[in-house]
Amino acid sequence: MIWIQVEHYKQKKSNIRNIPVSDSPGATRRGYMWQYILCKKAPHSPLPGFHHQASTIASTAMPPSHRSHVPFMVYDFCICCILSPLLCLVFCGEECCLGRLTGHGKTPKDAASVRATHPIPAACGIYYFEVKIVSKGRDGYMGIGLSAQGVNMNRLPGWDKHSYGYHGDDGHSFCSSGTGQPYGPTFTTGDVIGCCVNLINNTCFYTKNGHSLGIAFTDLPPNLYPTVGLQTPGEVVDANFGQHPFVFDIEDYMREWRTKIQAQIDRFPIGDREGEWQTMIQKMVSSYLVHHGYCATAEAFARSTDQTVLEELASIKNRQRIQKLVLAGRMGEAIETTQQLYPSLLERNPNLLFALKVRQFIEMVNGTDSEVRCLGGHSPKSQDSYPVSPRSFSSPSMSPSHGMNIHSLATSKGSSTHFSGYESSCSNGVISNKAHQSYCHSKHQSTSLNVPELNNINVSRSQQANSYSSNDVDMETEHYSNGVAETSSNGFLNEVDSSQLRRQLCGGSQAAIERMIHFGRELQAMSEQLRRECGKNTANKKMLKDAFSLLAYSDPWSSPVGNQLDPIQREPVCSVLNSAILETHNLPKQPPLALAMGQASQCLGLMARSGIGSCAFATVEDYLH
Amino acid sequence: MACVLEAPLRMSVLSEVTASSRHYVDRLFDPDPQKVLQGVIDMKNAVIGNNKQKANLIVLGAVPRLLYLLQQETSSTELRTECAVVLGSLAMGTENNVKSLLDCHIIPALLQGLLSPDLKFIEACLRCLRTIFTSPVTPEELLYTDATVIPHLMALLSRSRYTQEYICQIFSHCCKLRHWHSCGFKSSPQPLLCANGPDHQTILFNHGAVQNIAHLLVSTSYKVQMQALKCFSVLAFENPQVSMTLVNVLVDGELLPQIFVKMLQRDKPIEMQLTSAKCLTYMCRAGAIRTDDNCIVLKTLPCLVRMCSKERLLEERVEGAETLAYLIETDVELQRIASITDHLIAMLADYFKYPSSVSAITDIKRLDHDLKHAHELRQAAFKLYASLGANDEDIRKKIIETENMMDRIVNGLSESSIKVRLAAVRCLHSLSRSVQQLRTSFQDHAVWKPLMKVLQNAPDEILVVASSTLCNLLLEFSPSKEPILESGAVELLCSLTQSENLALRVNGIWALMNMAFQAEQKIKSDILRGLSTEQLFQLLSDSDVNVLMKTLGLLRNLLSTRPHIDHIMSSHGKQIMQAVTLILEGEHNIEVKEQTLCILANIADGTTAKELIMTNDDILQKIKYYMSHSNAKLQLAAMFCISNLVWNEEEGSQERQDKLRDMGIVDILHKLSQSSDPNLCDKAKTALQQYLA
Repeated sequence: MIWIQVEHYKQKKSNIRNIPVSDSPGATRRGYMWQYILCKKAPHSPLPGFHHQASTIASTAMPPSHRSHVPFMVYDFCICCILSPLLCLVFCGEECCLGRLTGHGKTPKDAASVRATHPIPAACGIYYFEVKIVSKGRDGYMGIGLSAQGVNMNRLPGWDKHSYGYHGDDGHSFCSSGTGQPYGPTFTTGDVIGCCVNLINNTCFYTKNGHSLGIAFTDLPPNLYPTVGLQTPGEVVDANFGQHPFVFDIEDYMREWRTKIQAQIDRFPIGDREGEWQTMIQKMVSSYLVHHGYCATAEAFARSTDQTVLEELASIKNRQRIQKLVLAGRMGEAIETTQQLYPSLLERNPNLLFALKVRQFIEMVNGTDSEVRCLGGHSPKSQDSYPVSPRSFSSPSMSPSHGMNIHSLATSKGSSTHFSGYESSCSNGVISNKAHQSYCHSKHQSTSLNVPELNNINVSRSQQANSYSSNDVDMETEHYSNGVAETSSNGFLNEVDSSQLRRQLCGGSQAAIERMIHFGRELQAMSEQLRRECGKNTANKKMLKDAFSLLAYSDPWSSPVGNQLDPIQREPVCSVLNSAILETHNLPKQPPLALAMGQASQCLGLMARSGIGSCAFATVEDYLH
Repeated sequence: MACVLEAPLRMSVLSEVTASSRHYVDRLFDPDPQKVLQGVIDMKNAVIGNNKQKANLIVLGAVPRLLYLLQQETSSTELRTECAVVLGSLAMGTENNVKSLLDCHIIPALLQGLLSPDLKFIEACLRCLRTIFTSPVTPEELLYTDATVIPHLMALLSRSRYTQEYICQIFSHCCKLRHWHSCGFKSSPQPLLCANGPDHQTILFNHGAVQNIAHLLVSTSYKVQMQALKCFSVLAFENPQVSMTLVNVLVDGELLPQIFVKMLQRDKPIEMQLTSAKCLTYMCRAGAIRTDDNCIVLKTLPCLVRMCSKERLLEERVEGAETLAYLIETDVELQRIASITDHLIAMLADYFKYPSSVSAITDIKRLDHDLKHAHELRQAAFKLYASLGANDEDIRKKIIETENMMDRIVNGLSESSIKVRLAAVRCLHSLSRSVQQLRTSFQDHAVWKPLMKVLQNAPDEILVVASSTLCNLLLEFSPSKEPILESGAVELLCSLTQSENLALRVNGIWALMNMAFQAEQKIKSDILRGLSTEQLFQLLSDSDVNVLMKTLGLLRNLLSTRPHIDHIMSSHGKQIMQAVTLILEGEHNIEVKEQTLCILANIADGTTAKELIMTNDDILQKIKYYMSHSNAKLQLAAMFCISNLVWNEEEGSQERQDKLRDMGIVDILHKLSQSSDPNLCDKAKTALQQYLA
């Protein structure tokens, strides 16, 4: 009497598989699942006709937190899940549909609704789902819509406050009211009804069989859940959250809004005084060039745009020299040069000096530091030394394939991050977007986007996910697609292959190893001294511990801590040193360009958290080509 | 030259500006070619964006000199190019400028220039030609006078993106149908072809326009893409040949409809979406794409509905609504989908709100703009309502329930703009197909009054639709029938039957036929009097079968119920019998002959009228002939006649029976009573029974 639809599904001989549950990026397309409604009454016992064949199973299809509440029955190739005294879910293969159980369905009291497990995130910009009416049951009193948390689920969507629905029997729309407004056509068996929530202008429209029916609701509140309600027996619906192609061309609708928002950005009114805007842009470019020490370019640019460079040319060249040394792994020389050129800098920054020395130790292990290299007898070029100019800064449009290469290497080594202090400042842009993660409360949050990030903008997100999983960060599964997600590491050219071929501790020389061990002892002493003078510093402690851990492995490069040896790790050190030098000259430690980018990313993150949907269609990357 | 210069000089009040213009013209006559060139260049810079300067230079006779320099073989290419540029600039001005240029025979000169090997010069000529041909004052025919022009333009299409853009633009403006309506309601069967020779579409098609232009749709230049698209929309309009070709054209491995669908995407510029929707619409209406094809149902239709939304510009809304009206005009399924899409019916109600009270207050410019488009908006909305309600009763109900809908139509009927009036009548016609609406809202709003007014002295195009509507309002169940009759409809309709226009004749006689159906004696005699027997005969010999059929229908309706038959036959009997004989003898199709035999049967039902048949041996022989005809319908109709004649309860039946027996009718009846056709068999048996009684 009730399970007409089960018969239908029985004929489909497909295996039971996991129903997609994740609400990952692009929530409009990935699986949501109907939430189990805790009911006051005990769930119905399995239905008479099925009893003998049914057995309760712990389904993999439901989120673990819900499993214990839900009685599942296996019947032939279907799984039935009693949601409430009135509703059940039927799973069959990848299909999942919702059915109305017993009850006479004569009064509104017989209505029952289910809503999705998660609210619609504002950050997705435009949210869409479709519901196929598998059977209209007796009277087809079905409602499709949205509701906030806490709305009575024993009613059709739309009847109560913060609840919105489009009903099949009369085609009316119900906006938190028991009386509907004429809205669209009625719908019945075989129809596919879609519901689209536009979080940019907070409206909602429905579709029927792929045709838009026009705006139904305006001024929608945030955090609504997709909801379906059924009232009379035999009503069966099937929801599609994107696991199957939609009947309505939602992509096209999204394209329109993307274009609209981008046009809004492009046409944003800028300073009305003539030339002001251009001058500002030129200043930003110039300061960026100076910051990274591209003296010749900076000079030429300043000349052609009639600007003055604040810093002296010699000073820029000095910084450039130091940066080159750091990036080439010649830390000893770098420290020496810094001390020569900026005598008091490292004295005033013992923590920085310590960080530089730790890096020097790592470079010794690597065999690249000048102190061990002269002992090792390698030709300087054969190691993974840097080319003449600091390539990582050569251009923000470094080829993406490059970044990928480095990344796969980094993840294959699979070690944890050591320079955690730098790491987090470096990856600030990313972290700030994960609003709900503990990471964003780190003390480095205020530091804005760091320089090396510019270089890696093209690395795809999947790699980003990889790189994160290798960090010691307790990552949650969600990544919102809208975030300005960036990779934490930098991509630049290095001679990966050659370094892998001849990887020997300190370049293979015994003398060098001794020198390294001696240096390690000095470092240990320095650490102790630092602790006495400045108090405990967990970052320093961890840094040193991670660096020393390298010696615990016969092949440090493939050890869990081996990624420290990656030349990429020189960049944060280099950047911090550069910033410190600039600060002594009373120059900003961040170039305004990077600052602006960081602010833009932060702003998008903030928009996502505040429920401003337009952030879904704007990313900083779009403007970095 | 001198007189050309002198005359306008004297006539116009010359200012100092003219004096300086004079200087520019003088320099064109300098003997040093280098100085002439510099003069032309200076002139170019002086006229850009300066309409007054342009007018001055034209008045001062710069055009003939420039054309002379342009055509002169001895001129340097640079000079010739600059001349073309200046001429193009002059053409950009007012319509009067273009007229002056045309008077100087600029088109042949520029077309001649296209033969030059120099690309820059060709582009300048084309740019100028483009500007001239896009002007409404230029006759399109000028492009087709020389048969070598089109092939040459096709060849030039490959030269540069500018030649592509300009040539496509020229084509799309010079490919006009000889249609009374540009957007495409084909409501009168006017000939599509031009009077002399094939139409522009066919000329362009025969010269390979489709193949030459198709690949421009994927050009990297937006302007080229747009002009190519516009070109196709003009070529495909009501042209099955072009449309059928277009659906199968491949560009970069993709079929053209797919390319059009891509151009419909919502992130594309509105102009592109709208024009590609037009292309698909025209291809669909020309039968090249099915109406249930996804690219129509899920792409074109929703796109056109979007074009009607408030967010769009007024021009776009007009074009969107007109195109959508055309797309769904004949397909009920598309009408149903459109009626539920994005609240279209309610959206169209906004079309009547211009100029809005807000626009009047905010700024005068806006008011001007709104006023200019108000008529266009209203007529577009009426057209779309007409298409939406053409077939589906539920949609008609929804339309009429829209706020003030009937009032709007009634107002629209008396608007000064012919376009609005026509569209309003069209809309009314569509809605008048509903029996329910005829009885309710049509009556409540006394729609017949403005409708009768529209019918007075209206142009034919309005008369055609208005009289069709009147036909519906005259149906016997319509409550409007009485008041319409009282307001002199008979006279009006009778005059319509004399029209040159076939559609009007059909509608006129059709309405009269409806009017005569089960009408009272007075109306019938009014009709007969109004029509006059001469006119009736005129109509019976009309070349159009539709007119003939409706006229016979009218006769049949007039000749019903016995007193009416006798009355009419006593006054017009002779003529009617003549007409009947004529038709039965003539070359007519079965339906016409059947209708005529039915009239005879009606006559045979009269009391005195019977004698007109019985005394006419010719007619009796004909009836006998049709009793043995191969077509069962005609046999049956003839049998009705006989059966009415031999009916024995009536006076004189014995004589009639005898006479018919003598003619051998009884033998035929016996034969027919054995017929396999049950109807015939029954009828024959009933007739034979009359003899037995």
